[in-house]
Amino acid sequence: MSREAILGAIQRGLRRGPLPDDQAMALRARLNAHPRHLIPARSRVPRPEQVALFIRNLEKEFSTVARVPEGSEVPGAVADYLAGQNLPSDFAMAAHPELQALPWESRPLLRRREGKAEASDLVTVQHGYAGIAETGTLMLPGGPQRPTTLNLLADTAIVVLRASRVVGAYEEAFDLLRAELVPASGIMPRNVMLVTGPSRSADIESTLELGAHGPRRLHVVLVDDDAAAVG
Amino acid sequence: MLATSPAFKQNAAHAMADGGLQKALARTRPTFPARRASAVANLPEFEQLREIGKQIKNHTLQNLDFYLEIFAGNVERAGGQVHWCSTADDARAAVLGICQRVGAKTVTKGKSMISEELGINKHLEAHDIVPVETDLGEYILQLRDEPPSHIIAPAFHLNREDWEASFRQSHTDLPADRVFVERRDILTEARTRLRQKFLAADVGITGANFLIAETGTSVIVTNEGNGDLTQTLPHVHIVLASIEKMVPTLEDTVSLLRLLARSATGQDFSVYTTFSTGPKRAADLDGPAEYHVILLDNGRSAMVGTEFQDMLRCIRCAACMNHCPVYGTVGGHAYGWVYPGPMGAVLTPSLIGVDQAGQLPNASTFCGKCESVCPMKIPLPNMMRHWREKEFERHLSPQGMRRGLSVWGWFARRPGVYRFATRMAMWGLGALGRKRGKFTSLPLAGGWTEGRDLPAPEGDTFFARYAREQRAGRA
Ligand code: SF4
Repeated sequence: MSREAILGAIQRGLRRGPLPDDQAMALRARLNAHPRHLIPARSRVPRPEQVALFIRNLEKEFSTVARVPEGSEVPGAVADYLAGQNLPSDFAMAAHPELQALPWESRPLLRRREGKAEASDLVTVQHGYAGIAETGTLMLPGGPQRPTTLNLLADTAIVVLRASRVVGAYEEAFDLLRAELVPASGIMPRNVMLVTGPSRSADIESTLELGAHGPRRLHVVLVDDDAAAVG
Repeated sequence: MLATSPAFKQNAAHAMADGGLQKALARTRPTFPARRASAVANLPEFEQLREIGKQIKNHTLQNLDFYLEIFAGNVERAGGQVHWCSTADDARAAVLGICQRVGAKTVTKGKSMISEELGINKHLEAHDIVPVETDLGEYILQLRDEPPSHIIAPAFHLNREDWEASFRQSHTDLPADRVFVERRDILTEARTRLRQKFLAADVGITGANFLIAETGTSVIVTNEGNGDLTQTLPHVHIVLASIEKMVPTLEDTVSLLRLLARSATGQDFSVYTTFSTGPKRAADLDGPAEYHVILLDNGRSAMVGTEFQDMLRCIRCAACMNHCPVYGTVGGHAYGWVYPGPMGAVLTPSLIGVDQAGQLPNASTFCGKCESVCPMKIPLPNMMRHWREKEFERHLSPQGMRRGLSVWGWFARRPGVYRFATRMAMWGLGALGRKRGKFTSLPLAGGWTEGRDLPAPEGDTFFARYAREQRAGRA
């Protein structure tokens, strides 16, 4: 009822009935082609600079970064970071094959549980899907191998990301998503988070404080798996 | 929400006498413009992006019926449900219906201006459901039973003392003599308190910054992460969104996102920009089992095709109020309804009627700053002018102003008399004010001279000077 009323009122305002078929076809074609608009020049740079821009922007937004030459060094980087921050060495980790394949046993002090985050978790380790250089943003699509709660519930969120997954602009990250995670039905993953730094609020006297409801710390372990990106 | 907009003048006077508010305004006034300016300076393409943003929204509004239907179809394909609501009553009933069906006891809420428009908290409370605001600013306003005073910084008008007092008064289970050394201590107390609420809630209600037709997706943008906890942890996620939040594609959305945070807080990008599509999938480990979109009209469709259609491009960034000298003097509460500042002065009469909100379009110095910073290039001063005309036509402006304007109108229609009269007035004023150079008060212009001085005229009228320069071939 309301549906007809709302659509009817819009059409009266536009002084037309429902869109004629040819115009509707043109709009469907636009949806299917989803054309890009202007992409800012700042991320249109060679690979090494793109990764450097990504790191600069992460740090600008209060994230920290550890760059490691290969995946086998991730457990060490995680252990060192936790020790350096005086944090406990147990964490909840995404059950993602890339994370599971890492040599965690090389750091026997680390204790991990796989799956989603619980309210009591102090540290989480998430799988980074893509990095977006233009603003130092992580793309984290939810799913069984990348639960959304891992991005939110703990005080300290660690994200492991491969440098080959750093792109320049948001559009490029969504291209990856469309190609890899959106099935033929066209339905997006239930949740896709773009995360730029740790949680914060400026609600008290317009003064920025980190750690509002989400993580107070966001640490990115960046694995240099992309020879072209190492400048 | 009950509007006090008709009392704008009294509200404004009250605001100017409110020491706490003036302290908060003095603190906030310079910060937002400075942050925005630096973000904009760091993106050379910003001006081009504004034009693109405007085009995207204009295209969407020209085809709004089409995109709404595509959106609704895609939400349903993803397993979600769309509730089309013409009025605030329809929307309140839809939200309550969902909450009652699942036997909800508590409902967490992300920040949503639509929820203010609906007055949803009072409605839920009246039916024994406890709503909990989780945005830090909204949370303290709920404790104090106050409306927001800004669309993105709802509690900017409060000072630290107010936060501490409210927390002591409301969190009575904590030691009364605890000390808040830093702002962080206030934040930490709220975080701990709200964490329990997030975990206990049966339903989570958020707003939406954008609805994407292509994918049937709602998008929220926050810095705290409260919106994400609200929509991830409970069994049911309800999205409150008005019809003009529509955007065709993901590419269109990211183009608008490049404008939003820069214009709002001066960040390049907000901390959490989250795209939600339907409920939890079979294999997912977290997320809500139900996903509902309340698609609210509440007066917007009637703006389509009118001189106020451009207002529907608004992405609620608050740049217009952050740069407005009037807002900067009286704050948000004086505007008397949900939306303050220049965008509120245009939108409020459309949504609750010019008889209720006709005073608001007068709250402008026509300095044009709002339009110059609006990322969607909305001609705000022009639209305020439209409202003033309408208000005048409908005989809603105050008696004195109507009389003054008709006297002026009589002269304006008679150019010869007008020129003669202004020349006489100028001689008169010039002769009277020559000594002091300015007037601190003038009969019939008390309202104007109260806040500023009128310089005494020194030369000629504009007309006389223009004619002279024309003759000299200079103009
Ligand atoms: S009118 Fe423009 S500046 Fe004001 S909130 Fe809307 S988009 Fe922002």
